[in-house]
Amino acid sequence: MSTIDANLEPAIAAAKERLDQHTVEIVHRHFHESTGCPFWLEKKKELNFDPLTEVKCYDDLKKFPAFEDDWLRGGPVERWVMNDYKDKPTYVFETGGTTGVPKSRVVVNDFREDYEIFSDTLPDEYFPRGGNWLMLGPSGPRRLRLAVEHLAQHRGGISFCIDLDPRWVVKMLKKGWMEQVNEYKKHCIDQAITILTANHNIKCMFATPKLIESLCEGLEERGMTMADTGITGIFSGGTEFTPQWTRFCVEELFGGPAEESGIFMTPTYGNTLMGLACSKPVTAAEKYKISYYAPQPRAVTEVVSFDDYNQYVGYGETGRVKLTTLTPEFFVPGFMERDEGEREMPFETYPWDGVSGVRPFHEIASGTTVGVY
Amino acid sequence: MLEIPVVRWGKPYESLETTEVTHFNTNEPIAKVHSANGGLVTRDMRTAQKARDTLRQFSCKQLIDMVAKAADYFENEELPMGNGTQTADDFVHQQSASTGLPQHMCRSNMKKNSFVMRNMTEILDCLTRGLDLEIFSRGYGMEKRGVVVSFQAQTPVLGAVLPSNSPGVHTLWMPAIPLQMGLVLKPGSSEPWTAYRVASAYEKAGIPKEVVSLYPGGHDVGGALLTACSRSMIFGSQKTVDQYAGNPGVQVHGPGFSKIFLGDDCVDDWEQYLDMMVESVYINGGRSCINCSAIYASRHTEEIGKALAEKLGPIEALPPENPEAGLAAFTVPGMGQAVWDMVKGDLAKDGVTDCTADYGDRVVELEKASYIRPVIARAASPECEIASKEFMFPFATVVECPQEKMIKAAGPTLVGSAITNDMKFIDQLTDATNIDRLNIGPIPTNRLNWLQPHEGNIIDFLFRSRAYQMPEEKVAELV
Repeated sequence: MSTIDANLEPAIAAAKERLDQHTVEIVHRHFHESTGCPFWLEKKKELNFDPLTEVKCYDDLKKFPAFEDDWLRGGPVERWVMNDYKDKPTYVFETGGTTGVPKSRVVVNDFREDYEIFSDTLPDEYFPRGGNWLMLGPSGPRRLRLAVEHLAQHRGGISFCIDLDPRWVVKMLKKGWMEQVNEYKKHCIDQAITILTANHNIKCMFATPKLIESLCEGLEERGMTMADTGITGIFSGGTEFTPQWTRFCVEELFGGPAEESGIFMTPTYGNTLMGLACSKPVTAAEKYKISYYAPQPRAVTEVVSFDDYNQYVGYGETGRVKLTTLTPEFFVPGFMERDEGEREMPFETYPWDGVSGVRPFHEIASGTTVGVY
Repeated sequence: MLEIPVVRWGKPYESLETTEVTHFNTNEPIAKVHSANGGLVTRDMRTAQKARDTLRQFSCKQLIDMVAKAADYFENEELPMGNGTQTADDFVHQQSASTGLPQHMCRSNMKKNSFVMRNMTEILDCLTRGLDLEIFSRGYGMEKRGVVVSFQAQTPVLGAVLPSNSPGVHTLWMPAIPLQMGLVLKPGSSEPWTAYRVASAYEKAGIPKEVVSLYPGGHDVGGALLTACSRSMIFGSQKTVDQYAGNPGVQVHGPGFSKIFLGDDCVDDWEQYLDMMVESVYINGGRSCINCSAIYASRHTEEIGKALAEKLGPIEALPPENPEAGLAAFTVPGMGQAVWDMVKGDLAKDGVTDCTADYGDRVVELEKASYIRPVIARAASPECEIASKEFMFPFATVVECPQEKMIKAAGPTLVGSAITNDMKFIDQLTDATNIDRLNIGPIPTNRLNWLQPHEGNIIDFLFRSRAYQMPEEKVAELV
């Protein structure tokens, strides 16, 4: 097992202290009658401890039972609205939902805050302030579309988007309608290329890995490259990212690393329940290894043993990804993600644990349709 | 450890992702195989035409000669394999170790593949109905009867998503190179051996290596290959067959549901045909689409079932190196039991008799793998669900069915062997569109005549016959 650089220890300790403090504040908000949402205030009655007095640090969150994602399905959705946010404009975002009731998350301001924090990690050289954006990802009741739009606006740009219904894509895949899936993909790419070639000064883009690939193919069919579109910065996510794909994308689709091709791509990991985990810079020297770091203290990712979800695995070892969300408007203690990966060590930029090699959790991977868009 | 790269138009490509090919029972690693991603395939296929252009610098005859030479290399020589080399014996041992197929079956599949490579002239002569191969090369030409014909290539390359469990099927893509079409192969995850060894033998025989691509990888690679190649073949389950049904660019090879039909005029002499029935069910571990999965007869079905069970029921699972081994292992843990549970469910239904019930347990569990010993069922009518089932081990149902209802009841049938001299029945069988390959007489379903097309003529798949008119003086030049 690798050991942590001793020079980092003060930064790690400070981050831990900040996380402990933040945890106590957030738990107080969510379990206090004046501020908490109906769901947690009701759940509090079932707990065998008092969160208001017995959560004194992050580790105390282990006292909570495992968060069940079914709690997020069905209504009334208002049970998730914080008591002191009742009068604020509220959004609901969904995840899943190809069949059955999707999971819902209510949001007042979280998506803005998460993406503003993320914005600070983007290099202005490739994501120029004032540049316009293209959101090449799912539309509909998803957080991503509004979040990217806000990111663009926060950076002084305007975001264009396309129509893309991932639920329909999943249905087509399940039915084996591959020809129609390909046609639908073309339809999405056609929309994107139409926008990109209409003089909108688009410099930045969000796209899933598959759509980046399809976009590059679509451009090449028209005798163009990604560089010809004027795009210089891409943040990508939404589906599984592998080092091999990243290498392929950088070397063959973009024509080289950012210094040569002029196109910078940063992988991210996130979902509707959490903010956006950024990646450590991805380089050929590190074999395009992708390590994600959650936006602590608002969200925490941990890599835990497959047998005991309260037990960390060693650095470099494989485990399941456990997610904790700690924002003033949403509290999720210990949600077991559908992913697994390797535990990564803290480093200067993010003095807390990361996760690399994220991929579908092996026990459920075969039954899940992932990475559809 | 042996390390096998992706091959992109003849050039090795080391991926950042690899998978291990392991021994089917001990999990001991045999080779590390680099995994492509779908995008690589799509990207490379933009230059697929180069493969055909390169091959058209040779005549079909020259390519046939090279393939014949490659047959010898494939069958006998030590050839480059990834970062090492592989002898013919290594090939047999590695293939058996990763697929669970007995070694003697691997060797016989190897011979089958080299036979096809060696006899390509005759095979293509039959597949083209004797046309001059120059017509396929140039796209048009003069037929022997003095008529201009045109066969237009529909693709510069043939793609194939290959299986892991049936090393005998590789004969199907072998005509591509002599027909001046490149090869784009996705080898099966536990059987990379044949595709890589053939490519190696081809290269040694002088076929330019840049006309072959090999993309081991996951499902995205298969999907990309099928989308990017305008003509490709895939091997899979009924689900795969249904998925690609009606797609003119994809030739699907799925379950065969091959059958034997005993005509009323011969059924009373069924004992004479017992060995032929046993061979049809049992050969090659019962894994092939050409293995018989149902025997139709209007009477004596109980005796036939009992006699087949007596021959097949006692067969034991033997280690793959044993020359008597006749069963192939299920290499996915738990798979043998899962398949057996399905069979058991069918056997328990009304009208079905388990003829092998008295021959001991059918499932043999090993450390990581399992075997299913032969199962013979008897169904009182074709309506019994088991009558239309096929499994990846020696399995057949003896179905009682009046002769006049046999053809309709049989459903899709890759190989039908009809034991009859009744001309009316023979005519009906000949006209039956649900039967692909038809054998008249006691020919085991597995005995393929290589001079006959298999599941769709590859010439029809790769070329389009079309009108081609020329001025008389040009026609005269063709004579």
